[in-house]
Amino acid sequence: MKYMLMMNTPGNGPYQIANWPQQDIKAHIAFMIGFAKKLGASGELVAAEGLSGPDQAKRVRAGKDGKPITDGVFPESKEFLAGYWIIDVESPERAYEIAAQASAAPGPGGAPLNMPIEVRQVMSGPPPDML
Amino acid sequence: MPPSLDTRTQHLLRELMPQVLGAVIRRFRDFAASEDAVQEALIAAATQWPHDGLPENPRAWLIHIASRRIADHVRAETARRHREAIVVSLVPPEDQIALAADEATPERDDALDLLFMCCHPVLSPTSAIALTLRAVGGLTTFEIAKAFLVPEATMAQRISRAKQSIKESGVPFQIPTAEERAARLGSVMHVLYLIFNEGYTATSGPELQRSDLSGEAIRLTRMLHRLVPDDTEVAGLLALMLLTDARRAARTGPSGELIPLDQQDRALWDRSAIAEGVALLTATLPRGAVGPYQVQAAIAAVHDEAASTEETDWPQILGLYGLLQRMSDNPMVTLNHAIAVAMVHGPAAGLERLDALAKDPRLKGHHRLDAVRAHLLERAGDHEGAIEHYRRAAESTTSVSERNYLLTHAARLSETRK
Repeated sequence: MKYMLMMNTPGNGPYQIANWPQQDIKAHIAFMIGFAKKLGASGELVAAEGLSGPDQAKRVRAGKDGKPITDGVFPESKEFLAGYWIIDVESPERAYEIAAQASAAPGPGGAPLNMPIEVRQVMSGPPPDML
Repeated sequence: MPPSLDTRTQHLLRELMPQVLGAVIRRFRDFAASEDAVQEALIAAATQWPHDGLPENPRAWLIHIASRRIADHVRAETARRHREAIVVSLVPPEDQIALAADEATPERDDALDLLFMCCHPVLSPTSAIALTLRAVGGLTTFEIAKAFLVPEATMAQRISRAKQSIKESGVPFQIPTAEERAARLGSVMHVLYLIFNEGYTATSGPELQRSDLSGEAIRLTRMLHRLVPDDTEVAGLLALMLLTDARRAARTGPSGELIPLDQQDRALWDRSAIAEGVALLTATLPRGAVGPYQVQAAIAAVHDEAASTEETDWPQILGLYGLLQRMSDNPMVTLNHAIAVAMVHGPAAGLERLDALAKDPRLKGHHRLDAVRAHLLERAGDHEGAIEHYRRAAESTTSVSERNYLLTHAARLSETRK
């Protein structure tokens, strides 16, 4: 079964990480690289991407003529998607376990961030014995 | 253009592959090295056979070439390491070649041992599925990855970890004892059944069916049936697959939407697959121990032989589900039993069964319970209740096509209400 793990960060302004000491940024990045490698080695990683920060995001709608109307940053968002992993695992428990590992990524001073990771199951085909 | 293998020879190579791999692993006891060597032997066959013609004993030829490749690798490796003893358990390469040349053991054991190895209970189901498709089915890692909608690198890693687990557990050295055999055969059947269902229902991704996987499961189960013709449950499993797969063309609409059994165009059902499945089952049922696969096949056969839902022999299906219920404590079986009760004794009787079933913690919040309740409420004329349960089921299913199907039902009932 596949799950998407979403890492959310506070939505105002650029990523907090930008203000961390260099050593902490390096530790965080090294953790993320190692984390993806570990998931790849266990044969569970389907995809993982980091997204650019809230300050660069646009909100797009189609206007009456079908042309795009873009809004700039959206300060009203409390939470903002910073990146995601899609994993293919044997059980929901395993997905939660992986999410907890991501949550504990090191933050300032190397302390675990314990940030919220949203876990959502990817929709699939129907069960075999459907009437 | 160089001459290439005709379809019949390609087919032969695919059939021989598991036997050859099983034989080579049995001697060299190294899964990964044996697999590489067999791949090389297959390539050699593809280049040499079109010129030289088919060898007298193609299987022995392939085993011989594969064994020689391994021997060559071992020799090169030994030279590189200044003739240090590298793998203690290896029989000297020369002996291997001699053994391979007069290959005399019955072929059935090798392919069966390979299946036992790939479906060993030390492996997780997903690992066993991937390894079986790769090593026994001969599918490429790319093909398997595509079927399971994961990147090729992910699948490659999964397969190599499965091989590693086998190596560490010492599985290749253990041929199941007579007592273990039944249980191990059960694991093999379970893995084949999972592959079939994966193809039939596509547990991940938007596509409803990936029939190539179902076809592969049927091919491997046919092989297993040839290897153990006396096992009635293997025959039952093959019949179940044939009788289920027969409805494939009718199971989805033009845009891939799900069509339930009672609304399928039965003219689209594959009559020859049904005939084969029924004949297999008819020959098997009187022969002894009746197990769950045979009973499920019998249920599928009753559906397949009916001209419509109304003309289906529901009392017989009810009896068969009763039998299945006594064989396994599975709430899904009990749920299907309740549907059969409703078909025979009316929706109220079915709903009564559901009330009892709702107390089962394994079904708590399960969308199937809501979906079945919605169906039965609709049949009982309680449209409001049906709408509520269709929607509730739609919220909790993780299947895209099933969600669409349930929401459409709820919407249809809402419209007739107005």
